[in-house]
This record gives sequence, structure tokens and C-alpha cells, in this order.
Amino acid sequence: MKSVLPILSVIAAILLFWVLSVIPMNMHLTADQAQRDGLVVSPETPAERQTYSGLGLVLKNPGLISLTYTLERPRLPSPHQVGVEMWDTIFAKKITSRRSLVYHGWVTLSATLLGFAIGTSLGILLAVGIVYNRAMDMSVMPWAIASQTIPILALAPMIIVMLGSIGIQGLFPKAVISAYLSFFPVVVGMVKGLRSPDEMQLDLLRTYHASPTQGFWKLRLPASVPYLFASLKIGISASLVGAIVAELPTGARAGFGARMLVGDQYGQPIVTWAALFAAAITAAALVGLFSAIERLTLRRMGMQAA
Amino acid sequence: MSTTIQATQLDLTFQTNDGPVHALKDVNLEISKGDFVSFIGPSGCGKTTFLRCIAGLETPTGGDITVNGMTPDEARRARAYGYVFQAAGLYPWRTIGGNIKLPLEIMGFSKSEQAERVKRVLELVDLAGFEKKFPWQLSGGMQQRASIARALAFDADILLMDEPFGALDEIVRDHLNEQLLQLWARTEKTIGFVTHSIPEAVYLSTKIVVMSPRPGRITDVIDSPLPKDRPLDIRDSKEFIEIAHRVRDGLRAGHVDD
Repeated sequence: MKSVLPILSVIAAILLFWVLSVIPMNMHLTADQAQRDGLVVSPETPAERQTYSGLGLVLKNPGLISLTYTLERPRLPSPHQVGVEMWDTIFAKKITSRRSLVYHGWVTLSATLLGFAIGTSLGILLAVGIVYNRAMDMSVMPWAIASQTIPILALAPMIIVMLGSIGIQGLFPKAVISAYLSFFPVVVGMVKGLRSPDEMQLDLLRTYHASPTQGFWKLRLPASVPYLFASLKIGISASLVGAIVAELPTGARAGFGARMLVGDQYGQPIVTWAALFAAAITAAALVGLFSAIERLTLRRMGMQAA
Repeated sequence: MSTTIQATQLDLTFQTNDGPVHALKDVNLEISKGDFVSFIGPSGCGKTTFLRCIAGLETPTGGDITVNGMTPDEARRARAYGYVFQAAGLYPWRTIGGNIKLPLEIMGFSKSEQAERVKRVLELVDLAGFEKKFPWQLSGGMQQRASIARALAFDADILLMDEPFGALDEIVRDHLNEQLLQLWARTEKTIGFVTHSIPEAVYLSTKIVVMSPRPGRITDVIDSPLPKDRPLDIRDSKEFIEIAHRVRDGLRAGHVDD
């Protein structure tokens, strides 16, 4: 718990930066709105105001600063606006409501978890293949690396459309994209983990005349567990990103991605920001969950968590 | 006494990127059942390589070697020996008991037999009560004792030890040497022991094999006249010092060409 103070300091610094940024970011919109409401704004025409920077306009109209925090459709929402929106859509709405972030969160989370399960299984299988089969060792890794160099934003709509054309819709196509992003760290980590036993430990098993299967279950697999957890923590957040990205280009009606899109298209940045934060909190919770499982598992295995 | 290990004109050349390395040349040696044989020499003299040949972990390129009348590979498959490496190499995710069970699980001993053997070998290496501890909870010397227990657990008659105490300090080493002699006396195993240390070799062995490098070969084989029962202070006796001298002379002779 020694890390609480540094973490809080960083959060406070970020919040301060955010709060201060709101003023110049929203100043032009605030000035337009104030003028419509009959307040005196300088300079007087929007065209003239455009020649000023946000900060310049603030200096000309210090009296409008407080109004930058209360715009209905700000360029940069203030923290409290995002907070209120999140409170409203997470706790105040029924979770069956179309506006509930819990509902949207569950839609994204289910795709994330399914994709993560597929990606992790695939990653482990590929890693075992790479470690035990020379042909796979020579051939799979370059393809795995190449797969990650393709921008997922370009690939996601193609996968969704292609799967859609053969009648697969909804959860599964999103899970495929999650799996696509999450298998890679698992392959890399597990190959390293399965290869982590040194010559001496392999020789020891040879002196027992142990079979390759025994070598896998008794030595390579347990030795790879710490590596697996490091990969799982990267994989689960990649999975969530994959599910959200999969919701963006196809006009999905539900999910964090859909909420971000709605906020963007209907000029409601507060909605977008609330969805963004909810997604970040979900990711943090998932990584935290895996960290806890890691600690528990490694302690039970007699190894201290890294 | 019957012959346990017999090497005749054994040759081993490694092909490396820098050209062939002659690790063993014309090695002839006979080890009888119940012998405690030390291999001593500078690094690169092939003492570890020879031990690995006995274990079937390296394949000689010439000559002949038999272990219990079989080829080393057959002996390995028949689980004829226990091997103790320089590092304890215990699995960190297994308890001490679990580590000792490892070979027993692989060899298919029953659960009750496993438990009984773990208990017995832990007593043999003076680690009774440490079964449930994890390796990191033990000192280096205790870990190495646990690894010896692991090598003893399946009752092979041959124990091959590759500088097992090399990484330990002198006081712990003396203590473990004493224990090893008691263990050898109780179990009547044939032991092959690689070491850098002249006092260790002389104190432990019934037969000392002095080796020299480039190419790795045997320069002297000394049958120790010391009695089987050896308290630590035997190291101050005249016989002990004489043997140590002879070993040192053998090592020096092998270095002439350097």
C-alpha cells in the first residue's frame, strides 16, 4: 500500500492539467453561447474571435471562465461532467436500459472474455507447437509477428463484413478480433516460458529416462506459469481494445464502442468520454483481477510473484 | 569385487565452430562395485565429460564403455544411476518432498511407496522435517543435500556427482563431505565424484583419478591406502599428506605443456 501516495499524486496532477485545459479548449464555444445569452463578449463577432487562440480569448474575457465548465456540448468536458454522466449511466439507469453503461459494458465484456479465451488457447497451442515442432518453430513466428503489424482498425471491418456474409453476427465476430489481438502476447510469453528450463534441468530428466510428455507436464509447463501470467495481463487488455475496435466501424448498436460512436456522431463528447473512462476502468479491473490470480497461484506454487 | 564401470580406450571429440575439441583421449579405467572414485583436474580436462559419458549424456566417438555390463544408454534407460549436478536444480514450484518425488513419479512408483522413500532419503541426508518446505526456504547446502536425496530416492547402485559442493563455502563443504562418507558407508553405492579440490578428493575417495587437459586424459590413478572410516582430522595424517602430494604432482605433470 506504499504505492497509494505516488498514484494519488499522479492522478491529482493529471486532474489539475485536465481542469486547466478545459478553459482555453472550450473558450470559443463558451463565448458563442454567452453572446447568445446576451452577455458582453470581446471581440464581438465569432469571426474576429477565431483569430484569437483559446488562451488569448480567456485573457480578453476572464469573466467567462466559470462558464467553460458548464457547456452542454463542450469540446473538452470537465472531469465533473464526465463523473456525473458516468454516475448517471452506471448507477442511476436500470441495467437493461439502452443508456446504461453497465449494459454496454457487459456487451463488450462478453466479447472480450470469449475472444480472450479463444486467443489464449490458440496462443498456448501455437507455443507448444513452436517449442516441440521444428517446422512450426521455423514458420509460425514470422506470421504471428506479421499479423500484429496489420492495423487492426483496417482489418476489423473486413472480418466483421466477411463473417457477416456467411451469417455469423453479433458476439462471435467481435470475439475473433479480440482473439486476434490477444493470442500474440500469449505465444511470445509461452514460447519463452516453455523454453525457460535450462540444459541442466533437461539433463536431469534424461537421467530419469523421462518421456517427452512427462517433461512437458512436470517441467516445461509449470516453469512457464510466471511467463503465462505476464502474457495474460497484456492479452486481456488487448482483448478489450479488440472488442471495442470491432464495435466502432460497423455501427454496432451496443457496447462501449457503440457508445463512443454515438457520442461522436451526435456531438455529445460527454457520452464518448464517459464510455472511454468506463472502458479504461474495466481494463484496469481485468488486469487487477489477473494480477490477483497470479499472486495467489504463484504463492500456492511456492514461487514469489514477480 | 565385480566391475561396475569399465572404459577402454575411450575417445570423445566435440565438433565446435572453432574446430574439433579433443575432450577425451584414450581413457582406460575400471571402477569396482562400492568404489568411491574422484575425478580431479583443471577445467577442460574432461572430468565432467567422462562422468557424462558414464551417464549416457554424451556419446563417445571412439573406444568402449560399459556400465553394469550394459552400454551407458541402456544403463540410463534402466535407471542405473542417480546424478547430482553442480547446482541443486530443485524445482522452485515443488516442495522438498515434491522434488524428491519427481523421479519416483516419472518411474511410476506407487503413492505410498513414494511417501515412504521420501521419508527414508530425507533422513539419510539429515533433512527430516523439511519435506513441506520450499527450496527457497533452505540454505544452499541444504538444497544440495535435498538434490542428493532426490538422486538416492530410486535406489540406483551408482551415484554420479558433478562438483556437487563446488558452489558452497569450505565449512559447509567439510560437513557435507563427512556426511557423504557416512552415507556411502551405509548405502554401499558406487560413487563417481568430480571435484576441483585436492583435499576433498583425497578425503573422500578409495580411488583418485588425476586428469589433464588438451586432450583430456588420465595421468594418474591412485588407490587410496586410507581406511574406510575417516574422521575429518585424518587430513592431518602422514598418509593423507602423501597422497595429496602425489595428486598435486600428477596435476603439475599434466600442466607441463602449458
